[in-house]
Amino acid sequence: MSISPRLFRSFLPAFSLSFILIAIFYLQPRTVSYFGVNLLFNLALPIAFATLAQMCIITVNDLDLGIGAFVGVVASIGATLLNDTPLLGVLALLACILAYAALGALIHLRQLPSIVVTLGMSFFWLGLALMILPRPGGSSPVWLREIMTFKTPWVPFTIIALFVVAITVHWLLKSSAYGVILRGVGGNPTSVERAGWSLLKSKVVMYTLAGCFGVLSGLALIGLTTSGDANIALRYTLLSIAGVILGGGEFTGGRISPIGAVLGAMTLTLTGSFLAFLKISPDWQIGAQGGILIIVLALRALINRAESSK
Amino acid sequence: MLQRKVIVELSSMGKKFGIVEALKDINLQINSGECTGLVGHNGAGKSTLINVLSGVIEPSSGSVRLVSDKQSADYCVAVAHRHGIRCVFQELSLCPNLSVAENTRVMHGAMRGWGWRKRASALIVSMLNEIFPGHGIKGSDFIEDLTISQRQMVEIARAFSTTNIDLKLVILDEPTSSLDAIIAAQLMTYIRKFVTEGGACILISHMLEEVLASCDRIVVMRDGTIVATDSAQQFNRDSLVHAMGSVAREYQNNTDSGKTKRSGKMLIECAPIKQQDQRQLQAFAGEIIGLAGLAGQGQTKMLLQLFAPKQSMSFVAGDRQNDGVFPLWSIAENIAIGSIQSMQRFFMTDTQASCKLAGNWQQKIAIRTPSVQDNILSLSGGNQQKVLFARALASPAQVILMDDPMRGVDIGTKQDVYDMLREQAQSGRTFIWYTTEFDELKHCDHVYVFRDDQIVLDLPSHQLTEQQVIQASFQESIA
Repeated sequence: MSISPRLFRSFLPAFSLSFILIAIFYLQPRTVSYFGVNLLFNLALPIAFATLAQMCIITVNDLDLGIGAFVGVVASIGATLLNDTPLLGVLALLACILAYAALGALIHLRQLPSIVVTLGMSFFWLGLALMILPRPGGSSPVWLREIMTFKTPWVPFTIIALFVVAITVHWLLKSSAYGVILRGVGGNPTSVERAGWSLLKSKVVMYTLAGCFGVLSGLALIGLTTSGDANIALRYTLLSIAGVILGGGEFTGGRISPIGAVLGAMTLTLTGSFLAFLKISPDWQIGAQGGILIIVLALRALINRAESSK
Repeated sequence: MLQRKVIVELSSMGKKFGIVEALKDINLQINSGECTGLVGHNGAGKSTLINVLSGVIEPSSGSVRLVSDKQSADYCVAVAHRHGIRCVFQELSLCPNLSVAENTRVMHGAMRGWGWRKRASALIVSMLNEIFPGHGIKGSDFIEDLTISQRQMVEIARAFSTTNIDLKLVILDEPTSSLDAIIAAQLMTYIRKFVTEGGACILISHMLEEVLASCDRIVVMRDGTIVATDSAQQFNRDSLVHAMGSVAREYQNNTDSGKTKRSGKMLIECAPIKQQDQRQLQAFAGEIIGLAGLAGQGQTKMLLQLFAPKQSMSFVAGDRQNDGVFPLWSIAENIAIGSIQSMQRFFMTDTQASCKLAGNWQQKIAIRTPSVQDNILSLSGGNQQKVLFARALASPAQVILMDDPMRGVDIGTKQDVYDMLREQAQSGRTFIWYTTEFDELKHCDHVYVFRDDQIVLDLPSHQLTEQQVIQASFQESIA
């Protein structure tokens, strides 16, 4: 019996991550250590959260072009309000999540294109972040820094956190009974609606989840950088889309993979180090990320072709 | 015999879409222990009626009353579900990205908590076993990997499956249109069983024999009203056709018009990839070639193998939702896309010419629409299919490939199309036509029967009998 193309396709994100990781281990054997791995995946957690936020939106056939700016707002709040007046900070973050939920409701009720709405919102978020934190600075709460630099035995904290997050979201969307409905909305909304489910509720749930992941992303980020910057995560918008696609997701049809998305985010995080070890200027990082995306998508297309010619 | 009880009652119900009255003054009772056949032309209002019954759309006037409903809450999909009313819609409505078991879960709100996946899988597979023995579908299969007839089987089985709510009424809209004869018969047997056990069914079908044989009562619709209701024994094929007010003429047998000797210019000579003997598909200019056999035996593959747009060929898709219409475009644009090359002016599309073309074809094949500028989705299923025909026929293509295009199309439309095919063939066009309905083969000049991706029988249509086709279709698979 041969391996089914579907199975092969679902292993693709793990293959691409292992490939780059092994290449890095080969180029720089000293990275094969607790400290080395920790350093390599240092920034993976915030990117993974942003990718999961994007994935939630993509699940219901929308696209979020404002997630990067949103993470910037969270980072700004985290480095100012959350540190100075924790209660106010928490309220502000909750308000951010509520805003995302409202965005989902608005997009569904008015049947607006999500790309336009979220692109518009990205300017709003950026402006808001600049109002909160006009200049890079501020200081992240101590507890946040302590969590992010927590030293777990044997396996670095980041890796454990990524693992736990991936499994949790996988359970939420791929295994739980309501997750089926959420993915079904991406696959065939009419069918789900005719079975008596509320599309509005599904969209609001997904946008709320995205908001939560956006907040987690921003907090994880300032926990690492210790200070905030309104422009800190603008790159995350495209990075998160790339992560979802790299992880085996598709833009439409509710075809997503949470574990794949986390692996995709990790792969993208590694490209910077990979180039550094190859002694190539970091200017090429985005190009390299694009290159990886093209290779993986080409492989996927090949697998699909093999499947259809069967 | 179980006592028949009223399940749902429509009284003087009407539905307007804008100024179009889709339904007028409908009075209908659906009883337990009864299978009601619903027949009528495309656009007679059948789909609108079942959409109202299943709660998808709200009536503009009159009422829908559930007898079991104490407080008459607003009728909607959720209420209908709670009272055991299910519907299998004409356009396949499963989520392609989910597995069979997951799609079952979508239907059953109560199916959750630990081990729901196993339960859903067991439920749907046992239902499939009961209705369609030998179906070969697993609960973990993804819908997108299944064939169109397997999907239809899953959807039907899903509608009949029950968890915590008693199933009272199942509405089936053209359930057999993508099933072959054997599977369709399995379904009809199950419907009879379901009905004798006290359930109710509404069956919409363009196959009148099916309706006459399986239903207790037949409701005939025309132009948004019910024009006849009576027990099925009171009808026969002719009286049904008459009541539908269809323009269907019993077509004259083609044996005289069909050519016995094949002559003319040979346009196509090609063997299926998996063909093991010397048989080949041949097509001469001006012929209508039929591809027959059970559904999914390689006929579509053959068409795709033949298809080469450069050589003046055109394709009429059967799966119109996926492969046929451009859902965001107007009717005119959908028709004109096939001939777009001849309508360019200074690198722009000549809108006037394309509208004129669309207008011509609208009249020629009677596409029912106020304006060809309307969106394609404003048309009923049969009229959408007419648009696809118009697209192919308006193009300069010499050879037209048709992939079971008459699925779910009413008799009147079919007759129009048959006449048109004959006319076009006489003017020299060649048609290669995959069909699952035996009656349609009689319109062909030459028929190839497929089994297991191979041609197993090839004969001119005047020698054709249904017996032969069935025999060739089943030679080995039955043994």
